[in-house]
Amino acid sequence: MASAESSEPLLAVERLRVEFPTRHGTLVAVHDVSFEIAAGEVLGVVGESGAGKSLTGAAIIGLIDPPGRIAVGEIRLGGRRIDNLPYDEMRRIRGREIGAVFQDPLTSLNPLYTVGRQMIETVRTHLDLSEQRARARTIELLEEVGIPAAARRIEHYPHQFSGGMRQRVVIALALAAQPRLIVADEPTTALDVSIQAQIIELLKRLCRDHGTAVMLVTHDMGVIAETADRVAVMYAGRIVEIGPVAEVIHRPAHPYTVGLMGSIPSIVDERERLTQIDGAMPRLTDMPSGCAFHPRCPRAFKRCRAERPELGDALSTRAACWLAADASLEMAIAT
Amino acid sequence: MSTPDFPDSEDLLRLDGVARYFDVSPPWLNRVLERRGRVLLKAVDGVDFSIRKGETLGLVGESGCGKSTIARLIVGLYAPTRGSITYDGTTIAGVGATTDANQMRASRRGMQMIFQDPYASLNPRWRVADIVAEPIRVQTPGLPKAEILNRVAALLDQVGLAAADGVKYPHQFSGGQRQRISIARALSTNPTFLVCDEPTSALDVSVQAQVLNLMRDLQRRLGLTYLFISHNLAVVHHIADRVGVMYLGRIVELAPTRALFSQPQHPYTRMLLDAVPDLEMSGVARVAVAGEVPNPLDPPAGCAFHPRCQLANERCRREAPTMRRAGSGEAACHAAEEGRLPPRALLAAVV
Repeated sequence: MASAESSEPLLAVERLRVEFPTRHGTLVAVHDVSFEIAAGEVLGVVGESGAGKSLTGAAIIGLIDPPGRIAVGEIRLGGRRIDNLPYDEMRRIRGREIGAVFQDPLTSLNPLYTVGRQMIETVRTHLDLSEQRARARTIELLEEVGIPAAARRIEHYPHQFSGGMRQRVVIALALAAQPRLIVADEPTTALDVSIQAQIIELLKRLCRDHGTAVMLVTHDMGVIAETADRVAVMYAGRIVEIGPVAEVIHRPAHPYTVGLMGSIPSIVDERERLTQIDGAMPRLTDMPSGCAFHPRCPRAFKRCRAERPELGDALSTRAACWLAADASLEMAIAT
Repeated sequence: MSTPDFPDSEDLLRLDGVARYFDVSPPWLNRVLERRGRVLLKAVDGVDFSIRKGETLGLVGESGCGKSTIARLIVGLYAPTRGSITYDGTTIAGVGATTDANQMRASRRGMQMIFQDPYASLNPRWRVADIVAEPIRVQTPGLPKAEILNRVAALLDQVGLAAADGVKYPHQFSGGQRQRISIARALSTNPTFLVCDEPTSALDVSVQAQVLNLMRDLQRRLGLTYLFISHNLAVVHHIADRVGVMYLGRIVELAPTRALFSQPQHPYTRMLLDAVPDLEMSGVARVAVAGEVPNPLDPPAGCAFHPRCQLANERCRREAPTMRRAGSGEAACHAAEEGRLPPRALLAAVV
């Protein structure tokens, strides 16, 4: 965050607000979300279903389904504003500068075309290459993501690949034009653990080798812990805490993050009971006043019910919580 | 193959050499014209284990390993191709199954199942009270209405819902609450044994924690026995007393939870444990996971895991291992049996 003043980060999202107009009024699914991703950085975005994490990703790649729309805010890629571009211009950026990897590799690939045909088409859409060169590049890409016998495999259809191999193809496809940013929405959720580990490893290696930035959207904190440099925790459409991954996991400041971390079972701990956050995330139609987390928060007090806290400096992260602000104030006074 | 350490008298459920094959052959005409043979999918291929009263046995494995088929075999949704299943002293399926319908019904009554998807397992057109009351109505016909309502209210209360929630429909509840309704329904017949097939996999982590805590409380209060099936090792580690690891239709390792997670004896168990992304273990060097689960229609000869195993030798490629004592549990591995299994840290260093 501090580096923002010195140079423009690769991706800057400012005060993003995504709305869905409905018959019963406008629902705000993403509220005032701001964050940055530096080149080569992996930002994890974690949250439970309905927290708005996937929509934030969709807003960046310009794929929010109507009637949903970006109502307020700005998204800049390398200093250039991309949230208000015409459809065709955004299409060129998507794929060329921002790659996308989704949860289900089957829906990202056309079942009627061979993998090679889809990839060569993608490569040629974005790069000025001959059919021959594009083909060579495709084989190279498939080899890079670890598909054995790539030269033969490009003649195969998606259904002839296993789930893990299909996800590798999708990653290769996202990398085809060497984008500067990859938005990966639950890229490992549909995969078995052993395959999941391979895909995480692959994503990490690719970012390291190419300096590609990644926005990794997932509900799985374990995947974030393994992959991300920083993590943003979302709740009810807002970022409630953001910071370096080790700090957020081991020294969370927001009571929601604390509860979330405690509720995750681990293969090394020996707890009798998991920490539980009672209740469920509020629906968009029924947002509580003040801090959206207050009805479930074990430490809520009067101010939480009336006033909504902004994201501010906490101990070693930034958190949107009245307690966190006080705690860091106390720390500052004590030192 | 009942293990001598656990006398049969304590076993609530026992599976002996249970197998279930599915015929996935092409249609008859194709077989004749294209000269293709029958194709059998061996979803479960010879599984033995027992569950003692009051314990939780976890079953883990990757998709397609046969864990859900085992759940369905136990509750009687499938009939075993081979082997037998014994529940509370009565053989309920397979070889030597009881033909006494009353005895069968009595055994089945003690058993209930909780499914993965609480959105699919509850009838959207029924009120919650009717969903929960259905098993009571089926099992004790003629019970007075007031009595049923009282029991439904008590059940809803037991799983942390209000009795007043009975008049609502499933769509008015969140995923976690729906899973509570499923649990209330499963408990309505006062079962002693619950088969839980991925009961928390469709839930968010904070809600998963609520359901896992609830299941543990209920077990303590009602003395329930669980078979807990999950692909999530951390969840199984949390809830189970003993854990069985499945690979391609067979159990490859079965051990008390702590032993299995601290001293895994089968190379596949080790690979799985190394693959789990864990909050506490980030940055730890781990064995790179190689390969994928083979096609179950054409499993490898010998030990099914040998193509992915670093310790595989000639014997592993030829001869399928059987379950033998290993560490404080059992494992089906030639390397473990021959003492070729390196300490875990060394295994990581080899790669």
